[in-house]
Amino acid sequence: MSSTASTQTGQNAQRLTLVEAIQDGLYTEMSRDDSVVVLGEDVGKNGGVFRATDQLYEEFGEDRVIDTPLAEAGIVGASIGLAQTGMKPVPEMQFMGFMYPAFDQIVSHAARLRSRSQGQYSVPMVIRAPYGGGIRAPEHHSESKEAFFVHEPGLKVVSPSTPYDAKGLLAASIHDPDPVIFLEPKLIYRAFREDVPAKPYEVSLSEAAVRREGSDISVYTWGAMTRPALIAAENLSQSHGIDVEVIDLRTLSPLDVETITNSFKKTGRAAIVHEAPKTVGLGAEIATTIQEEALVHQEAPIKRIAGFDAPMPLHSLEDYYLPQAVRIQDGIRETVDF
Amino acid sequence: MNMKNEAGSKDVPAAVREDSDLVQVLDAEGNVLPQASVPDISDRQLLELYETIKLARHFDQRAISFQRQGRLATYAPMTGQEGSQVATSLALAEQDWLFPTYREHAAKYAHGMDLVSLFEPLRGYRDGYAIPDDVNVMPEYIPIATQVPQAMGMAWGHKLQGKTDTAVLCHLGDGATSEGDFHEGLNFAGVFDVPAVFVCNNNQWAISVPRERQTASETIAEKAQAYGIDGVRVDGLDPLAVYKVASAALEKARNPGPGELRPTLIESVQYRFGAHTTADDPSVYRDESEEEAWRDRDPVDRIETYLYNEGILDSDLESEIQDSIEQEVSEAIETAEQTETSPDNIVEHVYEDVPARLEEQRDELNRLREKYDDGAFSEVLE
Ligand SMILES: Cc1ncc(C[n+]2csc(CCOP(=O)(O)OP(=O)(O)O)c2C)c(N)n1
Ligand SMILES: [Mg+2]
Repeated sequence: MSSTASTQTGQNAQRLTLVEAIQDGLYTEMSRDDSVVVLGEDVGKNGGVFRATDQLYEEFGEDRVIDTPLAEAGIVGASIGLAQTGMKPVPEMQFMGFMYPAFDQIVSHAARLRSRSQGQYSVPMVIRAPYGGGIRAPEHHSESKEAFFVHEPGLKVVSPSTPYDAKGLLAASIHDPDPVIFLEPKLIYRAFREDVPAKPYEVSLSEAAVRREGSDISVYTWGAMTRPALIAAENLSQSHGIDVEVIDLRTLSPLDVETITNSFKKTGRAAIVHEAPKTVGLGAEIATTIQEEALVHQEAPIKRIAGFDAPMPLHSLEDYYLPQAVRIQDGIRETVDF
Repeated sequence: MNMKNEAGSKDVPAAVREDSDLVQVLDAEGNVLPQASVPDISDRQLLELYETIKLARHFDQRAISFQRQGRLATYAPMTGQEGSQVATSLALAEQDWLFPTYREHAAKYAHGMDLVSLFEPLRGYRDGYAIPDDVNVMPEYIPIATQVPQAMGMAWGHKLQGKTDTAVLCHLGDGATSEGDFHEGLNFAGVFDVPAVFVCNNNQWAISVPRERQTASETIAEKAQAYGIDGVRVDGLDPLAVYKVASAALEKARNPGPGELRPTLIESVQYRFGAHTTADDPSVYRDESEEEAWRDRDPVDRIETYLYNEGILDSDLESEIQDSIEQEVSEAIETAEQTETSPDNIVEHVYEDVPARLEEQRDELNRLREKYDDGAFSEVLE
């Protein structure tokens, strides 16, 4: 595993998957700072149901990698309390669909202890949760409900799309003085490997990434949808000579409005791709922001390519629910041809 | 941290320990214990109990292998727990309601669901949740403990409408007792004195987390005290003991004696012989020797021995039963494999009527399906 990989390779880069990069990020931060603790269901001995905390229990012991009772409100509420003592809790919610018992603790307290106390108290904490569909999981295991948390002032919301970013964004989240909801796209947990430095580094929580430069249209996305968006861009470049810019937001709250609008000012056309239901998904916020900031540049209606306004179906239909490259391509062409 | 409950350290299995609080009828082999009273149950019912438990064991083994063959998605095995599941369901009256979790396949079947609908959700179709009018089973609960207040509410609704001949039986796991919903549901059940029976299938594990890490209470049954209701511990690998305890609890739910409250919390002490689900590897977090101690008390063997002792079962009947079980399960998977659905189903049943906006989304999908082919939608995203 990467914990041993990092000790062996010292400063060298390692070829890691996204989930391994998260494990490595936790390992790196826990090694540097004794106050960082991981807690949650099955995170200890089992190393997490997706192995995101693999080897951490063996490495850091049961007081820093803690198997808790099965209780999300307890895990998050206790983390808020732990944070008041100078510890930096990194609670895991086993799946995003099981965060709801903790919702009250998150929105009524974690998000607003700073403002309630006029800056006297704060909640430096990173709540990690795998999210999104496409892995033929049982019901309630595939939702993308990032908008719930983006809607809540006081929370930061982050979702990496590459192993390198996963480690760097996780480090920045752990160092951040405010509570961060760290959403991990489990569809691409093991989809590909890339070089991830063994040494500590941060990826800023205030910058979106331009994954592909282009001049005809801006595609805004994040997490697992970044890959089909890039595939669609590549296909359209070859088949239709359409030059697509792909922006990976990385941090969903607060939004990097500057990168979003600069791209749009260049292309004048936009498509937003997300798994979450269309209505009041983050696409609505991005589209409105573009119109507020850059209306005069607009040359076509802004297209949202999103999940349905319906509960996530069971897995026999999930391929139709999720934005696939074919839907993304069609949406881009419609916007470019307008 | 208090390491009294160190994760993974297990002493003698609770059901094996000398335990005066634990209701048992059969010994480890299946002989009736000296002081035990056998529940009042006809030979025909005993055979039904046996056949259903045997079917459950076979279903479980087949489902695990269907999952490996890619014919089912993630499956939660129940080996070791099927005796308790079947016994609790057979204790129900037809009008009673069942609230199952993702693991209570046999409990659902024994209360009237067919095997095909057990397979369908595992194949990705919601059809199996469309439970027929004459079967009083709720679609399985996956978010842990959420069923507890709902089961209470249904029992309450029956009581408020004078239908106390209908009881509600709600399953939950040992892990579920840690959730707030468990507390709220049981507290309401006591306060409003509803005809509900809560069966905690204490299989000693919540995925990788041992029972001792869920609660510092010695038993789960004792939690009932805090709600002012009865708590009973029963050997969950002893189908006759479970049947006896569940029947008594259901009878009390319907017709409480003077001064008795209707609800009961039953702690059915069991062991999860297999993995949490087909996606789990228990060798990472628990010792295999622990399982062996429990295997000696296998519910299938115990009920079988009892029936042989009583002269109700012989080897001819046993193999006849086995053959018909195997046929029933193979027919069910074959039928389940015919289930089809259309992508239109994504927008159906979200509301009673499909809103215009969802119709548009459906039409847009169908336009794309026509323009490209369906294969384009099953491209692997990653
Ligand atoms: C609210 C919630 N949190 C987490 C999960 C993930 N999860 C599924 S099963 C399980 C363990 C449940 O243990 P227990 O209640 O003992 O039931 P068992 O699986 O042993 O039957 C967990 C943590 C979930 N389904 N729902
Ligand atoms: Mg359990």
